[in-house]
Amino acid sequence: MNPDASIVEVVLESKLQNVEVAEEMARSVSAKAGFGEEAGYHIEMAVHEGVINAIYHGNKEDPGKKVHLKFMVFEDELEIHIRDEGKGFDPSTLPDPLARENLLNVSGRGIFLVRKFMDEFRVESFPGGGTEVIMVKHLTSRIEPNLRRNRP
Amino acid sequence: MSMKATVRQVDSITVVDVSGRITLGEACKELREVIRGQLGKGQKNLLLNLADVTYIDSSGIGELVSAYTAVSSQGGQLKLLNLTKKVHDLLQITKLYTVFDVHNDEAGAISSFRTA
Repeated sequence: MNPDASIVEVVLESKLQNVEVAEEMARSVSAKAGFGEEAGYHIEMAVHEGVINAIYHGNKEDPGKKVHLKFMVFEDELEIHIRDEGKGFDPSTLPDPLARENLLNVSGRGIFLVRKFMDEFRVESFPGGGTEVIMVKHLTSRIEPNLRRNRP
Repeated sequence: MSMKATVRQVDSITVVDVSGRITLGEACKELREVIRGQLGKGQKNLLLNLADVTYIDSSGIGELVSAYTAVSSQGGQLKLLNLTKKVHDLLQITKLYTVFDVHNDEAGAISSFRTA
């Protein structure tokens, strides 16, 4: 555990109802971390989309597979980990939803919105299966260089 | 709060007042059924009033696109009315704001169908 972070984590079953549980946690954690209403909404939206991605595209709604959600609150940012137990995906292969030929596609905007709403985004795959989406939102209003903490 | 869609007629235009959350699952399914139901009745000019939509996710946006293409493919028109800031911003980010005909007042929206 990183001593600089306050950590909240939960393991969720791959059920649609749990998306709202994750959203509620995101709302609560982001408010306590000091984010304003708009940034809080962006974080909530990113968690919503990330958890849906984990349940539907990662775990394929398999009730035996879980979604691991972790919030790490640092003094100057919030880092969120959403890990599924699926086969993984490469975000670079996702079609660009802004491309003219994709503009009227019904799906394919979830990860795009996560990228838009968060300051950092990356995907890591685990050898034994499972993919982790890691997203970061900076508490920009508070950032001062000498307060920035060392990252793990 | 779940989604609610109420249908009313203004002249020859079908206005659908949508409220609540348009998200993956029942809400998207219900909105789809309302739109398809109106198309099935021959109502091809639809105005979606989104004034009371509190939250919309990527699936909800996809459902609006689906409604748009379904109506257009039948020779009709689907327009949007009274976007909240959240919905407005999402349509801007996804470049769909230029696809939809968006209005801020109902009378103007209704008359735009007549002149279209």
